[in-house]
Amino acid sequence: MSGGHGHALYRPGDSAVHRLPAHVKVLALLAFALVVVATPRERFLAFGAYAVLLGVVAAIAHVPARVIVRRMVVELPFVAFALLLPVVSQGPRVDVLGLSLSEHGLLTGWNILAKGTLGVVASILLAATTDVRSLLAGLRRLKVPDRLVEIASFMIRYADVVTGDMRRMRIARESRGFEARHLGHARVVAQGAGALFVRSYERGERVHLAMLSRGYAGSMPLTTSAASRADWLRGAALPLAAAVVLTAVML
Amino acid sequence: MHVPDGFLNAPTSVATGAVAAAGVAVALRKAHDELDERTAPLAGLTAAFVFAVQMLNFPVGVGTSGHLMGGALAAVLVGPWTAVLCLSVVLLVQGLLFADGGLTALGTNISLIGITTVVVGWVVTRAVLAVLPKRPASVVPASTVGALVSVPVAALVFVLLFAAGGEASLSFGTLTASMLGWHTLIGIGEAVITGLTVSAVVAVRPDLVYAARGTRAPLQLKRPDGTLMPAPASPEPEPAAARASVRPLLIGGGLVALALAGIVSFFASANPDGLEYVAEDNGFLETARDHAFGDFALADYGEVGGIPVGLAGVLGVAVVLAIGAVMFWLVRSRSAAQAELEDVVR
Repeated sequence: MSGGHGHALYRPGDSAVHRLPAHVKVLALLAFALVVVATPRERFLAFGAYAVLLGVVAAIAHVPARVIVRRMVVELPFVAFALLLPVVSQGPRVDVLGLSLSEHGLLTGWNILAKGTLGVVASILLAATTDVRSLLAGLRRLKVPDRLVEIASFMIRYADVVTGDMRRMRIARESRGFEARHLGHARVVAQGAGALFVRSYERGERVHLAMLSRGYAGSMPLTTSAASRADWLRGAALPLAAAVVLTAVML
Repeated sequence: MHVPDGFLNAPTSVATGAVAAAGVAVALRKAHDELDERTAPLAGLTAAFVFAVQMLNFPVGVGTSGHLMGGALAAVLVGPWTAVLCLSVVLLVQGLLFADGGLTALGTNISLIGITTVVVGWVVTRAVLAVLPKRPASVVPASTVGALVSVPVAALVFVLLFAAGGEASLSFGTLTASMLGWHTLIGIGEAVITGLTVSAVVAVRPDLVYAARGTRAPLQLKRPDGTLMPAPASPEPEPAAARASVRPLLIGGGLVALALAGIVSFFASANPDGLEYVAEDNGFLETARDHAFGDFALADYGEVGGIPVGLAGVLGVAVVLAIGAVMFWLVRSRSAAQAELEDVVR
């Protein structure tokens, strides 16, 4: 279970960011996101500074900008919502390019867009520099309940298998000329989902038996070492810098 | 429905985080009873299943597509506590690895998708099961209704959170109306796919469906003298007879949506919507009085024509369903392209 189970978003490397223990990175990301969320939305400069900070981290980690941009697609539904807000919000209006937009809505839309984007980019950086095994070990170090981490580890290990199953079923359907044209065809898709569940569940039972026969006694061994003080200092750099920016703009 | 960072303010995020942590802690304790010591591999594989199924996007309207949340589906298949764990893990992994849903919003997402949809879906499913005949096939309509109700309720909880810590000055009525409108449609899609999926599993392995436990009639053997005796336990699977067709499912789902619109709208807020409010604010509501459709019987949700608001709501759902059907028909050819796109994204 070692090789070949990396997630698609991980970019192998040997930068300072890559070498940082995963739990330090997760905590740093969380602290950074909290600082960003707590920043008043009128302090436009602060958000620019946060973006620069993330840019520095990306540069240290050698994650190219186009990789980050491509993965920001997940954010699109909320971008649509943010763009809609100035139109539907209440309060005093301002004229922008001939459109009467709500001042408050503009600010709120900007707020969601800026904070959401910074959060997404920070998460992308974490995912790009942390492989799955160290991330799971990091979660255990963070005292996330063992059972939850184990469920997550099985999920990540088998997500590719299960989605592969689903893809093969789709290819089988399509190669027989099926195309979901209307809601009545949902039945075919759903039967695929049903079969997928039965396969997944039965696979789970087999995996459990295989583990028992190899001496599994309730928990996986912990393999990573604890973080050193230098690691913590390096990890704290990003949220600390963000906090400095926040206090600077608040004064 | 995955809430990103910055959507809700910090105190709300922290509060929902506490709720999520408490919910997951309870689920961790209770899930042990549902799966024995097999929790980790079985829940892990179920989580992988939910993760895969969440990629089943279905078009709702222009530019908006709902994906299956899978809360009710997971609750019916593996039991509510395990479902809470599975959904929470899926959200955790999506937040950490796929940047889908913010980290500070993780608690919010777990509370909404991981706990609310599961609990609502499960409670409604049990309630419907209680009135249906006691056999495995009853799980199909029950889970359909459970899934249908779970999505709008989660949307409603989101609206409440947004009202508490959203910072936007949207009128509560507008947000409620639009969120409930879209999510009722998404709920119908969720209901159809959930019901059909459960029906497929019940047909093959009814013993795997958690909600169907205890619904199989005990096997009786007839003695030569005509008296009945309980059969000894046998591992024989039930014959595949439980498959429900799409039609009753669609009709039932449509009826529940109509009932929701017809009944619930009586209780809905009578606040003016956003545009109306703005209009009033700027004093141009007067000019709008002579609207061309002002005399139309349905204007203002039926208040002009004296039509009760519930009836107007029913007609509204009918219109929305019709529009939805047309949209679905229009975008159907894009599904292949979308599937390709998903592959690229992954």
